[in-house]
Amino acid sequence: MEIFEIVTYFVLLLLITTAVRVVTTSNVIHAAISLVFTLALTSVLFLLLSTEFVALVLVLVYIGAVIVLFLFGIMITRAPLGKNAELDNDKNKKLGAAIAGSIFLLFSYILVNGFDGEVVITSGSSTELLGEILLSRFVFPFELVSFILLAALIGGITLARKDEALIDEDQV
Amino acid sequence: MVNFTSTIFAEGELIYTDGGLLAQYAWLLVLLPFVAALIITFMGKYLPLKGAEVALATIGLIFLYSSALMYAHITSGVVNEFFINVGSIGVFDIEFGWVVDGLSIMMYFVVGTVALLVFIYATNYMEGEIRYTFFFTSLTLFAGSMLVLVSSPTLIQILIGWELVGVCSYLLIGHYWEKKDNSSAAMKAFITNKIADVGLMIGIIILALNTGTLRISEILYQATHEYEKLSSVAFIAAILLFIGAMGKSAQFPLHVWLPDAMAGPTPVSALMHAATMVTAGVYLLARMFPFYKSMAPDALDIVMLFGVITLLAAGLIAVVQDDLKKVLAYSTVSQLGYMVAAIGSGAYTAALFHLWTHAFFKALLFLGAGSVIHAVHSNSMLEMGGLRKVMPKTFATFIIGTVALAGLPPFAGFFSKDEILASFNHEGEITFFFIAVLGAFITAFYMTRAVSLTFLGEYRGHGHPHESHNLMTTPLLALSVFAIASGWVNIPGVYTGFTDWVTTRKNKIVEYHPESFDLFALSSGLLAGLLGIALGYYLYQLQGSAETGDDKIKIQPIWSVLENKYYLDDFYFNYVIDPVKINISRAVDKFNTNVIDRFVNGFGQIASLLGGIVYNNFDQNGIDKLLNMSSSGTDSFGGKVKLLQTGKTQQYLMLFLGGVVTISLLILFII
Amino acid sequence: MIVQPVLVVAAALFSLGIYGILVRRNAVMVLLSIELILNSVNINFIMFDTMLADVMMQGQIFTIFIITIAAAEVGIGLAIVLMLFRNRQTANINEFDLMKW
Repeated sequence: MEIFEIVTYFVLLLLITTAVRVVTTSNVIHAAISLVFTLALTSVLFLLLSTEFVALVLVLVYIGAVIVLFLFGIMITRAPLGKNAELDNDKNKKLGAAIAGSIFLLFSYILVNGFDGEVVITSGSSTELLGEILLSRFVFPFELVSFILLAALIGGITLARKDEALIDEDQV
Repeated sequence: MVNFTSTIFAEGELIYTDGGLLAQYAWLLVLLPFVAALIITFMGKYLPLKGAEVALATIGLIFLYSSALMYAHITSGVVNEFFINVGSIGVFDIEFGWVVDGLSIMMYFVVGTVALLVFIYATNYMEGEIRYTFFFTSLTLFAGSMLVLVSSPTLIQILIGWELVGVCSYLLIGHYWEKKDNSSAAMKAFITNKIADVGLMIGIIILALNTGTLRISEILYQATHEYEKLSSVAFIAAILLFIGAMGKSAQFPLHVWLPDAMAGPTPVSALMHAATMVTAGVYLLARMFPFYKSMAPDALDIVMLFGVITLLAAGLIAVVQDDLKKVLAYSTVSQLGYMVAAIGSGAYTAALFHLWTHAFFKALLFLGAGSVIHAVHSNSMLEMGGLRKVMPKTFATFIIGTVALAGLPPFAGFFSKDEILASFNHEGEITFFFIAVLGAFITAFYMTRAVSLTFLGEYRGHGHPHESHNLMTTPLLALSVFAIASGWVNIPGVYTGFTDWVTTRKNKIVEYHPESFDLFALSSGLLAGLLGIALGYYLYQLQGSAETGDDKIKIQPIWSVLENKYYLDDFYFNYVIDPVKINISRAVDKFNTNVIDRFVNGFGQIASLLGGIVYNNFDQNGIDKLLNMSSSGTDSFGGKVKLLQTGKTQQYLMLFLGGVVTISLLILFII
Repeated sequence: MIVQPVLVVAAALFSLGIYGILVRRNAVMVLLSIELILNSVNINFIMFDTMLADVMMQGQIFTIFIITIAAAEVGIGLAIVLMLFRNRQTANINEFDLMKW
């Protein structure tokens, strides 16, 4: 086994651990932080797969913005901080586990049956090529996505605004 | 149609014709009354005389036709019979038809004459009475039925006519059926006749079976010429036929209906129970006389015995009656006894002669009694008296009738009664002769008693009697003429036309014809009659009983026995009617209610039970439950399904994902 | 480069995310689990891109888009959770069952 594989296995192992931590911990903050670690490890995995741009985007956008947003959300909604056992719906645990387990088995079966072998990773940076394709071939979805971001932005602001502010605005 | 042509019998010669057109159309005599009855039924109410004119016209036509027939018969003799075949049962042909021979023509004339006079009388007597139109319908029907009877050439038609007159008698006796007594009397007449008719029917059946035919003339021919077929059953058949005659002609002990039949209106009593219906029995015996004479002489002895018993017993009861019509009724029974006894002694002509004269003077007496009753408004002689002053015509005609009945010359009854006595004497029946003489004495006695109590003395009632209307007195006068003159047609040694008339028939009559008066019989009868009148006059008039209405000769206990009619009615009620009514009828009724009705009701109960079972189990529990279950099932199912909608997103998601996994598994592995 | 373990791990991440959605009571936690799912999908895409050695690099492009959309969606989601919290003073999704029968 190459060092490369060992590192990959290690990353995967950590990935699973942290993901498990996300959904099972009873501390909300711990769940958010575990998600950070999961995303970080995912980024490492991407780097190993020689797609550095996506890895960097992941880190920047996901960890940098989304998780922060999550933390803000936790704070604002006064999620119970600290360890408490009231975070899970006990009723749903068994059934949820069963469904999750069956989905896992199903997917792994499909994927394992579908794909096999090893791949050769082309070394070298693909960022240049990616930027070219993104802005030439996929420029249309790119622009649309920016519109979606705009809509989300406006929608978020509108939803989260306090009503008095709206009234104030009218009076002004 | 079979047409009888002249045949010469072996013994002697009878000269007659076939009657020509008059005989051929004699069926009109029979048919007209029925047509008239129909007309009166449907149109009588709207006619000016309420149907009486139709009846009078019809009976007038019958009178004229029968007179014409009588004239033809007197002058040239008519013997004929006609048959109409209406079908056959086995070997027997059912035939109706009409006979024109001496016996029938005599009966036609009697019926026609008496009926005409009674009808005229009834138009006034029944004026204002209830059911006037129906009364004339019934009377006309009766006239028709009697003509059916006396014109019948077959035993079947005699039976039909017999029953028809029974029905008409029932209708007419029960005319005032609003009173229970009257309807009971009608029922009594009908049922007593019906009991006797059993004998008649069985007798007819026996005769028909043994001779192979229903035609009377042929039966009589076989009885007189071919003796083998009937010899074994002749006596039984003769007795049975006589039982039938006993019922109709009120012989002892089946006479009980006749006095009670006086509950009917007086014209009915005059026509039916004096002149015509009650003579049907005598007519039957006379019609079958050759059979009796040649094949069943022992039966004739029994007939004579019953006739004599009847005449004596009835005569005795007549003495104690206070009701005028009942006196006449018992008198009729007694005179019928004379007729039957005469037939029994072999005196065919004497019996028919007495029938002939009796019809006229008894009808006269009844109509006279009706006139009296109409004036006094009561039947009881105790409330009468002294009516000779206010009702002279009625009185005179009544006296004529009485004397005729008592048998004094030159009135009609003398000749006929004398012939009967002569016949007894000739046959050597001395006992019966003396009983008949005693009967004549009693007859004269009670008639004189009746006359004294009714017409002589002083009036004991409370009303204002007056002479009756001309329509009532004129028939009385006409009948009194007949009462006087009808006896002159058969004077032995002088003129015996009547004998010739009634013996002119298809089957020869063998009997004794007296050449002259039998002096012994004549003197005995005359003496008896005079004595009776004298004693009656003495006791009632001279002793003053007429004023007080007191019966001077009440000799107990004979009087009470006679008043109770020999306790015969009680006997019948206790030993004949009550056992049937109380025991048999009740038992049958109990059987009907408990067994038959229960059986039928059981079916109903079973059906309702089954229905209940089906309703409860199949309908209510089964089908209804099914329907209810479908709706409640849907309801509960919906109620359970709605619980899926919890509003909790996670549960929705779980369901969704579960479905996804299931379908993917299905697609992957099964399909 | 191994293929199947990575894919299997991606599947595991996916199922863990499903588990998290079904089980977690706090709305924010549910959103967190949704992020986990999206992340597993990203891994899959990149893996496929590497396997196929696509000239167009569609896998990566798509991953970028997913990341972007996920970010927008989280923003909106949290805004909604915020509004729910303002109405009910709780983020417990069991409380929001107004669509109950």
